[in-house]
Amino acid sequence: MKFNKTIAALMLATSSIAANAQQLEVTVTNLTQGMHYTPLIIAAHTADASLYKLGETASPELQAMAEGGDISGLSTMLTGVNADMVANPAGGLLAPAQSTTAMLDTADGNMYLSIASMLLPTNDAFVALNGWKIPSEAGTYKVMLNAYDAGTEANDELIIMGGGAPGTPGIPAAPGGNAGTGGTGVTSMEANTTVHVHRGNLGDDDLTGGTSDVDNTVHRWLNPVASVTIVVK
Amino acid sequence: MISSNTYKKASLSAAIALSLFVSACGSDNDNKTATPEPVEPPVVPTPVNYEYMVKVVNLTTAQPMSPVAVVLHNEGKLWEIGMPASTALENLAESGDNSAVLSETMVLSGQSGASPLPPGMSETITVSIEDTMPSSISIATMLVNTNDAFTGVTAKDISNLAVNESISLLTSSYDSGTEKNSELMATIPGPAAGGEGYNEMRDDVDYVAMHPGVVTKDDGLAQSVLTQDHRFDNPTLSITITRVE
Repeated sequence: MKFNKTIAALMLATSSIAANAQQLEVTVTNLTQGMHYTPLIIAAHTADASLYKLGETASPELQAMAEGGDISGLSTMLTGVNADMVANPAGGLLAPAQSTTAMLDTADGNMYLSIASMLLPTNDAFVALNGWKIPSEAGTYKVMLNAYDAGTEANDELIIMGGGAPGTPGIPAAPGGNAGTGGTGVTSMEANTTVHVHRGNLGDDDLTGGTSDVDNTVHRWLNPVASVTIVVK
Repeated sequence: MISSNTYKKASLSAAIALSLFVSACGSDNDNKTATPEPVEPPVVPTPVNYEYMVKVVNLTTAQPMSPVAVVLHNEGKLWEIGMPASTALENLAESGDNSAVLSETMVLSGQSGASPLPPGMSETITVSIEDTMPSSISIATMLVNTNDAFTGVTAKDISNLAVNESISLLTSSYDSGTEKNSELMATIPGPAAGGEGYNEMRDDVDYVAMHPGVVTKDDGLAQSVLTQDHRFDNPTLSITITRVE
């Protein structure tokens, strides 16, 4: 696969080059008022690697993160391409309006920053930074992030035990404890099965019925959903 | 123009030199008990005026904005993501009344827009201050057909803004977190409802974050007084800050 080539290239490239090219301090702020973020993955990698491509089908690793918050697959993939990585800097969920900071030492050549985390409660929405070129000049940089839809699961907006497993419908959890039950399902179709900008939760105003289990006055959002402050030391 | 700028620069350097001299004297006094050295009576510097023109454009479809508050300050913020809103901000976000924001203790100089800013309309607000170069500007206005949505910018750094330079921003909408987004007629002060403005009770999450948007009765919130017209997306306000003096 593509990664094998990348690994070979990296082994050649890194054999004679100093280990640490840059030191980054990365602060991620959940800007939403009602959405939780699952454990974040923050990585610096080469231009060849990416977490996803807009308008293309999500990888199984991205799908596992977007549907269930499981970053182990992405982590393995990134390790395979010698990325520098911080997994789960918040030590669990990042609550609405909260921030977390990670220190990241990058190897020479790992000049692109990517970040990902699932939004709860959603079927397969995730917030991401995808291959942001790390400036060579020291300074403080700010980037605003949007929410994307992995395109791998219908947005039925039903909270179902086990709904986080790839291929299983449903939202695995509403950590705020403020969602409903008994919905009939917003949709069973996914019109766009590629990675795209999320249209947002629909929700409804009936916590014990209706079509959706999420609350339309609490669990909607507008972009941007996160801000990232990157300090290049 | 050139000569006037040169003159201002000269008087500014004089003011800086003077303040350095004075602080040096001060530290001497800490160490000695002797009478202070006589100081030549300084030439009183001509006041330096810092003036900013702030042009705002309401980018929404049907969300009039309350009179826009523009404040110059060196310290503090009008709001911070994840922190409870100040009472002054709560007032602005729930009722559109900017008077408490304009009189916050951190404010060096503040100015209000002349009237509410209707959708699609623009206004230029001038704010100025003598002698103290402000490091930051903050701007806030309520989207009045909401429970507690506001837009603007907090503690924008303007310390490097030279005369005739400008900064342009597009701002997102925030939720003060102080009032539930019930969208009930009785709770929204704007023309769509005519309900209550400020209420000191905080019945929401009590932290500032980005606003999720209004739902409206046309999109599944049966109790809402709002219609599809009142929905908004980011950005909601265009701001251009030009330093004119």
